[in-house]
Amino acid sequence: MKRVFDIAFPLVLGIALLLSWQWIVQARAIPVYVLPAPSDIVRALMDNFPSLMTSLTATLTITLLGFAGATIAAVILAILFSQSRLVERALYPYAVVLQVTPVVAIAPLLLIWVGFERIDLALSLMAGLIAFFPILSTTTLGLKSADFHLIDLARLYNASRWQILWRVQLPSALPYLLTGMKTGGVIALIGEVTAEFAAGSGTATGLAWRITESTNRLEIATTFAALALLALLGIAIFASLSALEYLLLRRWHESAIRRSR
Amino acid sequence: MTLLTLTGVGKRFPSANKGGGIDALRDVHFAIETGQFVSLLGPSGCGKSTVLRLISGLLTPDSGTISWQGARPELGFVFQEPTLMPWADVRTNARLPLDLRKLPRREADARATAALERLGLAGFEQAVPRELSGGMKMRVSIARALAARPKLLLMDEPFAALDEPTRQALNDDLLAVGRQDDITIIFVTHSVMESSYLSDRVLVMSRRPGHIAADIALDQPAARDAAFRLSPSFADAQRKVGAALLESA
Repeated sequence: MKRVFDIAFPLVLGIALLLSWQWIVQARAIPVYVLPAPSDIVRALMDNFPSLMTSLTATLTITLLGFAGATIAAVILAILFSQSRLVERALYPYAVVLQVTPVVAIAPLLLIWVGFERIDLALSLMAGLIAFFPILSTTTLGLKSADFHLIDLARLYNASRWQILWRVQLPSALPYLLTGMKTGGVIALIGEVTAEFAAGSGTATGLAWRITESTNRLEIATTFAALALLALLGIAIFASLSALEYLLLRRWHESAIRRSR
Repeated sequence: MTLLTLTGVGKRFPSANKGGGIDALRDVHFAIETGQFVSLLGPSGCGKSTVLRLISGLLTPDSGTISWQGARPELGFVFQEPTLMPWADVRTNARLPLDLRKLPRREADARATAALERLGLAGFEQAVPRELSGGMKMRVSIARALAARPKLLLMDEPFAALDEPTRQALNDDLLAVGRQDDITIIFVTHSVMESSYLSDRVLVMSRRPGHIAADIALDQPAARDAAFRLSPSFADAQRKVGAALLESA
């Protein structure tokens, strides 16, 4: 019963908001190039459906590529950090520098270096750059938070570093890695969109470019349709990663266990 | 036969503030006979756990020597906490020492299952630790140590966090398992009752810097049970051990 309300309340509220939006736009005769009514946005979505889907696929692919690259790189670096204090001390400050430098600021450089003919790669890199740090920092913390008694026990049985890493530290770090991935996945999308804006029109084909293009042509309803798709994409990324987290942790980790009251 | 001898063992831990340091152990002497059940009894912070960690090789002494009669035997270690892998099921946990030694999966599984069965955990192989009670988790921890077939079992206050009936049941099971497999056991505890019940010999440690203040041999019957808990000889043993503990403080 509680679950029904959890879904019903936001749904009812959303429908009410959409209806009042529709009503205000019509009652006040607001021009469609200032604020399109929901019905205009749906129409724009239908009319441009194939091209919007192409853009959606482009944005999704680039984001996922960047995110996957960032995850792999961050896990490898976190493992290096956990194996050597020296490596961590030497490299961590640069990881922080990378994080605090806004992607928009590096975007033009990256575009020049990678080249406009490989724009997708440049965009992936920027999506990855922004997703990298949260995954790195949570995974590093996770690898360090492994139960030291368990590590002692493994040492007692002459476990190698690799065995300790594989059997104790990596499983302990999994909940931390997944938290980093949830944050990283969502901001990878933000990074990708920012990078698309920075790249400007012409070569990019993603949703951000559709937003630029449609506002330039004053097709504001299409802008809203692209925006809605972007929001849905972000939600889908977060929801998939949350589902992955639940699947992997539900049997053992406190965060994923539903307690009966 | 003597299994191991500690001679003049000392251990100092550096402290956080400059120049300081804590003398955890000073001049610890004792020898352990094969097949004995020896308790290390003392107040909190007297260095009992440090002695175990030195024997296990997890720490090295700053002075003195630890010498083995022959090669160092197969060791088992049971910590105060069950120290299980929360993500792995009970059998995988019990199998850990064997997996680390790269034993074939089938043999490792069989040995882990047998060890779990001995500790009354048959049927729980697939459960994960959080589904078990505190006593059962400790049983898994002991089964994991036994799966490696140790000749010397080091136990660091393993039952301190358990309720009294669970603790007594585990005491009895531990005695039975130790006798069947002819395992030498060094058992750290701060309980006079527990050490008097379990041990052939109690080493009483003093406050920091820890050293052996008393060495009490107990003449125990082979069969210890509920009747023994109520017997005058058990009361005698407790009185003797308790007095030595008071004196050492």
